Amino acid sequence: MSNFLTVTFWVGLLAATVRVSTPLILATLGETFAERSGILNLGIEGMMLFGSFAGFITVYFTKSLWLGVTFATLSGFLFGVFMAFLVVTLGLNQHVSGLGITIFASGLAYYLYRAIIGSPTVPPTIKAFDTLKIPLLWKIPVLGPILFNQYALTYIALVTVFVARYVIFKTTFGLSLRAVGENPEAADAVGVNVYKTRYIAMMIAGSLTGMSGAFFTLAQFNMFTFDIVAGRGWVAIALVIFANWIPVRVLWGALLFGGIDSLGLRLQGTAIRIPFQVYLTLPYLFTIIVLIFIARNASYPSALLKPYRRE
Amino acid sequence: MKLPKFKLERRSTPPLWFQILTPVIAVAISLVISAIFLLLIHKNPFTAFYYMFYGAIGTKFAFKEMLVKATPLLLTGVAVAIAFVAKYWNIGAEGQLYAGALAATWVGIMNLPLPRAIYILLVIAVGFGAGAIWSLIPGYLKAKFKVDDVVTTLLMNYIMIYIVSALLNGPWRNPKTMYPESITISQNAFFPKLLPHSRVHMGLIVAILAVLFMYFLVRRTKLGFEIRATGTNPRAANFLGINTIRAIILVSIISGGVAGLAGVGEVCGVHYHLIQEISPGYGYSGIVIAMLGRLNAFGVFLAAIYFAIIITGAQMMSRSMNIPPYIADVIQGVTLIVMLAMLLLFEYRIRREK
Repeated sequence: MSNFLTVTFWVGLLAATVRVSTPLILATLGETFAERSGILNLGIEGMMLFGSFAGFITVYFTKSLWLGVTFATLSGFLFGVFMAFLVVTLGLNQHVSGLGITIFASGLAYYLYRAIIGSPTVPPTIKAFDTLKIPLLWKIPVLGPILFNQYALTYIALVTVFVARYVIFKTTFGLSLRAVGENPEAADAVGVNVYKTRYIAMMIAGSLTGMSGAFFTLAQFNMFTFDIVAGRGWVAIALVIFANWIPVRVLWGALLFGGIDSLGLRLQGTAIRIPFQVYLTLPYLFTIIVLIFIARNASYPSALLKPYRRE
Repeated sequence: MKLPKFKLERRSTPPLWFQILTPVIAVAISLVISAIFLLLIHKNPFTAFYYMFYGAIGTKFAFKEMLVKATPLLLTGVAVAIAFVAKYWNIGAEGQLYAGALAATWVGIMNLPLPRAIYILLVIAVGFGAGAIWSLIPGYLKAKFKVDDVVTTLLMNYIMIYIVSALLNGPWRNPKTMYPESITISQNAFFPKLLPHSRVHMGLIVAILAVLFMYFLVRRTKLGFEIRATGTNPRAANFLGINTIRAIILVSIISGGVAGLAGVGEVCGVHYHLIQEISPGYGYSGIVIAMLGRLNAFGVFLAAIYFAIIITGAQMMSRSMNIPPYIADVIQGVTLIVMLAMLLLFEYRIRREK
């Protein structure tokens, strides 16, 4: 237990926290765009899983990691457009549409993986991303290894937080986005194209979600397994509420979740007699408890779940 | 050239033939779409679907196996449908199924000195109770604190599956085989077989009773009326003096309990011990079944049989033609989306604008 007190332990823990938060940051930011426009995207879990498959299979054949990230992002983009078609153009129930996409996208990823790879005893691996040391900065004691010796996708995720904040709060598109999520009739009246805005929001959401999936197979691990996403998409849905639909708070929420996740992993080695599965449940339990505390004060976008039809 | 313009127009009540035909058309369209994914991996969809239906209803043996699969699907379908009627978004049938399986195993491996009939009633009761509690937590949180039920029910699936994993890899690990599986439950807790030389068990009767129960509950009782009113318009329901909080809580108990029964059936009727793979996603299939069955008891019955055919048949298709059995998941996802789109035609009719 003495290693709790060492600097190495804490630096290692915090570096791992930032690392495992990456896919959550990306997916939750994506979900923030979707919900800000009035769409609850329950397709998120399936889009993440399909992204992790698409990224893996691309790298498996082309050996190009960035091509893998591109295809993962593209797959998310396409699912995003599909989700928008269902809930914006057709105005279908968002809960069921999203669950349908999750069941379909996960099923398709498993199906294609088996069709292409088969079921070998040892799953094939790819050469995954190495961490990218930021010159000079990574040598700063404590802070360097935590923040500046991470995967490229982690830096992208961190930058995206501030890009998202800028886009949502400082641009005309952001203004339209918030308007169609709060009061689509009024937005329409002042000339905002509700359908187009929601489509763009779902494209952004899908792309970020697809990219988040690639992190699992191309950085955190180097293979595709069926339980690789393990409900992270659903956690992202909870984190959006926790973050009150504000990008910078998304970052804190994802880091908090990532922290509990990696603390659990580290405790597995130390504590005695407690099965490791108990630690694995911690992030989910924590998410539910947080939801209980914030549910009453959550300020959901007013038009969330409501299809818009021009009369 | 000017494209013809179409307009959606609200309809009053769709005719009965239309209500019956919609799921049938949805199934047909979804099979056509799924065929594309078979063509994608160079498989002949006609042969594939032939094997699929042959492998599920083509022989006596296949038909009985299909009934074995239909048993948990009927129960999860009913569980989700009852919940959705009240707009309690219970996506947690999977975890509730595991809770029921866990409780049945717990009582089953105690080897209590009970006569068989009593023992069976006991495992059913504790299985129902465990599923009910696992669903009551998110139901109560939704009703009292407005905590998003979609997220909580989903996350609780993962928690329950990890709890089962902890038990199977820890205190319940089979000391003889050292596999992560429980020891065999007491023979007095085994569900009796319904048909000789098959795995069809008493759970099927429980499942059919659950379908009938749903019909009477939703259509014929005061609570059913309250549940429907809560689902359709909670504000109006409150105005009518209906306690919507109570309705949601009761629905969550019933829904979770029924899903728990699916787990009891798998333990006491099929495997006789608890394994990690006790459900290949029956809880999630329940969502598709509830929607395809239009949240109606008879519809749920037909939809559960249909997906039992798909899931059983996909195994045969997989063995005979080397098609990944996950095509069954693809078909489920496609069917859910197509059915949802077809429901649009219930509310609206498409009219050409003049």
